[in-house]
Amino acid sequence: MSKSSPWAWFWIGLGVLYFFVPLFATLEFSLKAQKGFYSLTAYQVALTDPGFVRTFTFSLTMAAATVLVGFLLIVPTAYWVQLRLPRLRPIVELLTLLPFVVPGIVLAFGLIKLYGHPPFSFTESELSTNGLLISGYVVLALPYMYRAVDTGLRAIDVRTLTEAAQSLGASWPTILFRIIFPNLRVALLSGTFLTFAIVIGEFTLATFLNRPAFGPYMNLVGDKTYIPEALAIITFALTWASMGLIQFFSRGTPGQGPLAGTR
Amino acid sequence: MAFLEINDVQKQFAQTTAVDTFNLQVERGEFVSFLGPSGCGKTTTLRMIAGFELPTSGRIVINGNDVTHKPPNQRNVGMVFQSYALFPNMTVADNIGFGLKVAKKPAAEIKQRVEEMLKLIHLSALGNRYPYQLSGGQQQRIALARALAIKPQVLLLDEPLSALDAKIRVSLRNEIRAIQRQLGITTIYVTHDQEEALSLSDRIVVMSEGRIEQIGTPFEIYNFPLTPFVASFVGTLNVLSATVTNAGSGLLQIEGQPIRAARPIESARDGETVSIALRPEIISMNGASAGEANRLQGKVEDVSFLGSIVRIRVRFENDFIHLDTFNNPHLSLPQIGQPITVTFPREAVLVLSRAASAA
Amino acid sequence: MAQLATVEKFTAPVTPPATRQFSLAWLGVVPFFAFAIAFMLFPAGSLLVGSFQNAEGAFTLENIAGLFDESIRNSYWLSIQISLVTAVGGGIFGFLLAYAVTLGGLPKFIRSGLMTFSGVASNFAGVPLAFAFIATLGRVGLVTALLKQLFGFNIYDHGFNLYNFWGLSVTYMYFQFPLMVLIITPALDGLRREWREASEILGANSWQYWRYIALPILLPSLLGTMILLFGNAFGAFATAFALTGGQLQLITLKIGAQIRGDVLHNPGLGYALALGMVVIMAISLIGYSWLQRKSEKWLR
Repeated sequence: MSKSSPWAWFWIGLGVLYFFVPLFATLEFSLKAQKGFYSLTAYQVALTDPGFVRTFTFSLTMAAATVLVGFLLIVPTAYWVQLRLPRLRPIVELLTLLPFVVPGIVLAFGLIKLYGHPPFSFTESELSTNGLLISGYVVLALPYMYRAVDTGLRAIDVRTLTEAAQSLGASWPTILFRIIFPNLRVALLSGTFLTFAIVIGEFTLATFLNRPAFGPYMNLVGDKTYIPEALAIITFALTWASMGLIQFFSRGTPGQGPLAGTR
Repeated sequence: MAFLEINDVQKQFAQTTAVDTFNLQVERGEFVSFLGPSGCGKTTTLRMIAGFELPTSGRIVINGNDVTHKPPNQRNVGMVFQSYALFPNMTVADNIGFGLKVAKKPAAEIKQRVEEMLKLIHLSALGNRYPYQLSGGQQQRIALARALAIKPQVLLLDEPLSALDAKIRVSLRNEIRAIQRQLGITTIYVTHDQEEALSLSDRIVVMSEGRIEQIGTPFEIYNFPLTPFVASFVGTLNVLSATVTNAGSGLLQIEGQPIRAARPIESARDGETVSIALRPEIISMNGASAGEANRLQGKVEDVSFLGSIVRIRVRFENDFIHLDTFNNPHLSLPQIGQPITVTFPREAVLVLSRAASAA
Repeated sequence: MAQLATVEKFTAPVTPPATRQFSLAWLGVVPFFAFAIAFMLFPAGSLLVGSFQNAEGAFTLENIAGLFDESIRNSYWLSIQISLVTAVGGGIFGFLLAYAVTLGGLPKFIRSGLMTFSGVASNFAGVPLAFAFIATLGRVGLVTALLKQLFGFNIYDHGFNLYNFWGLSVTYMYFQFPLMVLIITPALDGLRREWREASEILGANSWQYWRYIALPILLPSLLGTMILLFGNAFGAFATAFALTGGQLQLITLKIGAQIRGDVLHNPGLGYALALGMVVIMAISLIGYSWLQRKSEKWLR
């Protein structure tokens, strides 16, 4: 059992190749912007492009809004379901699983067909389009955020904590914001980074809602040379950072694995 | 030549010695328990018999065949695990028949053997169920049937009852013993529960820290422990240190008070300190029994009511003993702090061969 | 009427204070349900309605019938094929990797390394993933160039093209097999040592253990995860779009084109396309959860 088999090494070797060859190729390519020697020119150009700054900031803002809206919707619900309305659990869980059934492109289609036309016409103004985009992102992130919060709540025994707080005379807002939220720190952080990883490079929704986000921007610069590769490496680094932070914060907390994605 | 021989078996893990020179001869049809606390090496020894661990040195012989280096699947040994280890994807019948199936026995023979086994464990109606549909006790009986279905030469049981409720534990214990007797199968039973070991076994091997402390019948182990470890692990013995005053006539002193053992003391000379053991149930209070009895004077330190018995702690200067007396409504319990004289017969004084370390 | 009466009888014992508390408790989940209705159920409902409406808003089955036109059937079939290939391929490869780190006796750091990478790679998709594979296997990609230089072998002369079916499959695999690793590793951990030992002591060899015990136990998880991978590839849009620029007739790309402008010349058909995707995804998710429950029952 404890002997390592040659096959195990073989498959791992193959896996490592699959992981790293594309990364290496992209990195190598991105460093060749100057003829004859390796340089960071492509990164310099990419990062200082006003389009990059603008779209990246926009996507960051959208991500932050998604996290905020998502948790404001999910934490009280998960808390309530756990504490008072366990009979709602199947319905809530079904709803949070629904986004798995609805691919991003179908979500985009549904939202635009429904809200892009009268009587709603949300796509008429920038603000309401952004609202629509954020709502779409919340839907995409819902399964992962809910799962993170739900396992977090299960781990801390909400009922006892709540009863203890109540017996000390705490009001409901106090309980929620001073007791429950702080104890969900790990779950909330995991959900946050995961949402960032999903939203930052998201392409489908942003494209069809015609928003100046980072994903469509990357596609736009796709016909340049060296810049797209530099952006790919930057995105990979960001994804890695998000996942790394999740792992860092959720050490020893089971069920908070990094699992998400928009394809 | 014994049916199962374990000769000078040793097991070393990285730095620690898990089992140290283990020697045991088990006769055909015998029921032997390995008893000891966790980490004493009893499970490691069992796993060496099964073939899951390779001894660092020594030999294991079953029915005249040296199996020391044989893989588990060629030993024809049956094993029951603490966690049942039933295959969750198979029905009860398929579980029991698995050993015969991999041995490529004909289907009809397997079917017949499975029915036989189900009857043996009184679960004939459950052949088509899956393990997750059964209680722990039922699962463990199936596991026993599965182990027995291949007609093993030796049956190994690794703490088979410790995952079960107290009530089922006792009933299944009796069932295991009955089946073992009925089939006459040579059995090794690993447990940390002294009651299980005492009630089931023909012989008990008491182990501690990788070594055998004592091998004997339950009667011997309980009544005549050889070491302080056995004395304290089996039952609730009082272990006191005493000074030998006259070894030849069995005279000792406990904190200045003289007592006498029934037999001469062979393991120590005059002036040396030994450990003696006294069973709580053999000590009585204020007993005006025969003049031959030993007497010790102390103070009542604690009285605890345990239902059918009352346990009284009597304090001497540095040592204390527990004595048990049967509960009855007319008993006048002693007051805490009250002086008391306890008596016990000379035969009750067990001089242990090894002195208790730093007692 | 009889039904109503029984319901009434059933709820009658509820005392007034309890009812009040009940409605108050409901208040806490109202925002969530409002959101779910507005952005999930309502759009889904509009898909359903739109699928059965013609341009004038009258009921029709033409849109559904339109799904069986040859070009649309081909699109579905292409999407299903690519999803099947990457689900099975990624599933098997992911399983072998997970096996290697759980039961292969490799050093511990390899396992944690693999898990970290899988977490990152399964989330690295869309436009940047397309860029990375263009840099690797594109016409001037590193691997393409290396193969040409070292072996004089031009993969593009031998039928490979990053922008067609197999190219896209290879690219999808980059997020498919890590997802398999992430999901199947805990299942492999769930294989208890005692099962192997019990089978050994009953006389089974290693092959028999895998054939009769380990694989059957893992099968629901394996199939279930592959179904998840299927859905994962089936719904993918960004990667395919960035890589092939909409040339490949995947169903997602077709819906994308339909949003841009009514390329199908029938707005209702777009609804039906989307509905068809949801139905296929729903079937796979139901299959997944059924298998998942089965395996949970076993691995308890």
